Amino acid sequence: MILVWLIVILLLAGILAWLSARWNSQLPRWISLAAVGLDLALSVRIWAGRDSSATKLWIDEVDWNWVPSFGIHFHLAVDGLSLLLLLLTFFLGILSVLASWTEIGERVGFFHFNLMWVLAGIASVFLAVDLFLFYFAWELMLVPMYFLIVIWGHEHRVYAALKFFLFTQLSGLLMLIAILALYFLHHRTTGVYTFQYSELLGTQLGSGAELAIMLGFFAAFAVKLPVVPLHTWLPDAHTEAPTAGSVVLAGLLLKTGAYGLLRFVVPLFPHAAHQFTPVALVLAAIGIVYGAVMAFSQTDLKRLVAYTSVSHLGFVLLGIFSWNPLALQGAVMTMICHGLSTGGLFILVGGLQERIHTRDLGRMGGLWAVAPRLSGTALFFSLASLGLPGMGDFIGEFLVLLGSYKVSVPITVVASLGILASTFYALRMVQRAFQGPNANSWQFPDLTPREGLMMAVMVLGLLLLGLYPQPVFNASRLALDNLQREAQSPAVTLRR
Amino acid sequence: MNAQDILALLPLILMGCTAVVVMLAIAFIRNHALAASLTLLGLAAAFISLFAAAPFAPRQVTSLLLVDQYALFYMGLIIASAAAVAALSYEYLERQDVHREELYLLLVLATLGCVVLVASNHFVSFLLGLEILSISLYAMIAYLKDRQLALEAGIKYLILASASAAFLLFGVALIYADIGTMNFSRMRELSANTSGFALLLSGVALTVTGIGFKLGVVPFHLWTPDVYEGASAPVTAFVATTSKTAMVALLLRYFYFSGALEYRPVYLVFSVIAIASMCAGNLLALQQRNVKRILAYSSIAHFGYILVAVLAGGTMGIQAASFYLAAYTVTLLAAFGSVTVLSGSERDADDLEDYRGLFWQRPVIASVFTAALLSLAGIPATMGFLGKFYVLAAGASVAAWALILVLVVTSVAGLFYYLRVVVALYSAPSETAPIQMVSPRAAFVLVILALLLIWFGVYPSPLLNLTRTTTAGPDFTAQIRPH
Repeated sequence: MILVWLIVILLLAGILAWLSARWNSQLPRWISLAAVGLDLALSVRIWAGRDSSATKLWIDEVDWNWVPSFGIHFHLAVDGLSLLLLLLTFFLGILSVLASWTEIGERVGFFHFNLMWVLAGIASVFLAVDLFLFYFAWELMLVPMYFLIVIWGHEHRVYAALKFFLFTQLSGLLMLIAILALYFLHHRTTGVYTFQYSELLGTQLGSGAELAIMLGFFAAFAVKLPVVPLHTWLPDAHTEAPTAGSVVLAGLLLKTGAYGLLRFVVPLFPHAAHQFTPVALVLAAIGIVYGAVMAFSQTDLKRLVAYTSVSHLGFVLLGIFSWNPLALQGAVMTMICHGLSTGGLFILVGGLQERIHTRDLGRMGGLWAVAPRLSGTALFFSLASLGLPGMGDFIGEFLVLLGSYKVSVPITVVASLGILASTFYALRMVQRAFQGPNANSWQFPDLTPREGLMMAVMVLGLLLLGLYPQPVFNASRLALDNLQREAQSPAVTLRR
Repeated sequence: MNAQDILALLPLILMGCTAVVVMLAIAFIRNHALAASLTLLGLAAAFISLFAAAPFAPRQVTSLLLVDQYALFYMGLIIASAAAVAALSYEYLERQDVHREELYLLLVLATLGCVVLVASNHFVSFLLGLEILSISLYAMIAYLKDRQLALEAGIKYLILASASAAFLLFGVALIYADIGTMNFSRMRELSANTSGFALLLSGVALTVTGIGFKLGVVPFHLWTPDVYEGASAPVTAFVATTSKTAMVALLLRYFYFSGALEYRPVYLVFSVIAIASMCAGNLLALQQRNVKRILAYSSIAHFGYILVAVLAGGTMGIQAASFYLAAYTVTLLAAFGSVTVLSGSERDADDLEDYRGLFWQRPVIASVFTAALLSLAGIPATMGFLGKFYVLAAGASVAAWALILVLVVTSVAGLFYYLRVVVALYSAPSETAPIQMVSPRAAFVLVILALLLIWFGVYPSPLLNLTRTTTAGPDFTAQIRPH
């Protein structure tokens, strides 16, 4: 039941926030903060209450009949993997409410309605284990995100929002066709109409059909992740979105793509995924290098951060398709740490834009003297992003490379070059923006206590993940083992 | 004809009586509120009488009308949507400087035509229903005769509808000449051993012309944008929902009973029509800046989607088509309802500019309109999504991959123009344009429609079960395997 509450609380808080703006424009912020805080507390409780030695599939689940005539269930379930991502969702949720505290001054109620609903959609995606419900949530999180960009975004918001919507919708519909094909093929072999994840696992498909259906799923997740030729919506959407929108996009929405690959693509279609592995690995390597090179050549600070996401999520793709315990642990770790470090960078860039009304690197410089706390934090997140040991990102990417080395040495070499390139773009950003002379003689206030607190929490989180990552590994190990068992461990065959 | 027959026909009889009562009332006391209330009362009585007729279904009343569960389901849908149109018309007509009462008379008559259509399993009742509907529509479309566009639309519709009815009649004559029956069910047996297959096929092709015209599918779609734009908003709502629903209901019965879709040429022609409608509707709408024309082109596309379900055939196909129609009716009533309540006495609110920033000034109406647009775009938590899901499922169940891929790709193109309207609703309001006052009564109707849209979008089981039981008859289970 608690799983349903996680979603219902957010949905209700959204409506309440919308209505309450009529009386007081600060009220929506407090309502949203309380709701996401409550959700975070509830998921910490699930975390604390879980029995880490148990071997059953789900820590907790809710299974209701929804549309019996189609065999559709309202089935939510949580395992270690989804729990980690839920914690990340609510953590970044709180930060995005805080990040918009002064940035969003107009239409505050409707803004928080959309923010709460997009978080509810993301949480449902991480919890759904009925494919229909999954698709339902997958599409539903799109609409509030669209509104966040199109109403509160920057200059080219309408174009960016439309592009975002179209890319996701087209790929999503391809996934819907794939889901339906799987549904009918499953019925053909077993005589049962079901969208249940656990029952669809191990469906016998012809190899051609399996590959086609897998590609349908892959299309949807590859657009979200994003995988390189399908990434063009990302820089636009991330750049034009308001800060909270960018944090949610980079920190959470991209992770839904990775989660989909982990949870659905490989376990449901192990043979097709195995066949597809070489292509996916090459795409991952291209993404890592391409993202880094593009980030290096940006002049718009937000766009730069957006391109680093392309690079980092390349590591996640690499880890998932390497499909061995090390690489998978690394992929999960990268997902979480990327959420924190990129989220932090977006919040800083947003704060900077609020102060100096530009994101252009060329107009910055010498900001360290003006705002040492802001600049110092930015340096920290940049270092985390380039994979400095001691911070979470390093652990994740290192493990991914260790794992992928066993699968393909050339790809691993190319991917390692991506880490090298990340040093260039991260340091270039710090040098251009914060060091050197203050040519434009900027003067603005440093981080406020609210911002300082947010940054402190994120910095601590990244350090904790970097120095003591074991709890994350423990939480996800069982879930990842289960996924690997369901996929009949293609890793074994890969190693030969 | 005995008592049971009369009870089975009670909805039709009540509709006829309503028309007479409304006409007499207008003759004696010309009062807008009275005419509207009598209409709503009559429609409500007809709706309730469906439950009285239900125990006798299925019942063949004379050789012309078949009152079965299927017909009763569609009658319910048609009567309910006509009632919504009547309720919306009241607010709209209050602002117009014309004789207001006759519109209700025409509305009831047109609805009667629709009700006859869904109960007919014979070409004679088909033609009777069609003509009652069409003749009322000519007058309804041109009702605001001071508006030039309305007159033009009325005349355009008159000429094209008469021409298509002539084609239809000729087709019926050919079919009758070949196999000697005008009964849909008998067609299946008699066509099996006909020698003049070409004659039969030409007859079926000509009837398709007549039906295709009313549905507004490519290549019979040319009237759609002009009539949608010219007719007053509530009348457009009626043309778009009630009359088309009746026509699809008839088409499904015709195809399932007579087996006409099992002829390969007919199947191919319909596949081409479906694909062309999906493409043309969605692509042509991209060019438009007039909301009514956008909805007109989108309706062409949506009937293309419905044809995908029709082509899928089997129990899944007919259920999908029925569900989609219900979803489409609710959605379009909400959409045109929003247009209706915002329209003034001079012109309808059909320019995109009329909607700029509406959300910040009329949040309720704009939210309803947004829900309708998202439903048309097929976004989850709306009926439109489940309708599209059902149609895709029907297509996938018979592995019609080409059709459903076209559906998916074109519906993504459709997002462009739905989102364009949504963007206008949520952008900063323009200072100049005054926005129409909206009465609580009209807002209430709209909110009910929007709630239905979301309620059945999230919890569709009751409606799904209804479409399932009403299409369960043996005549509707035939698989379509073209030969």
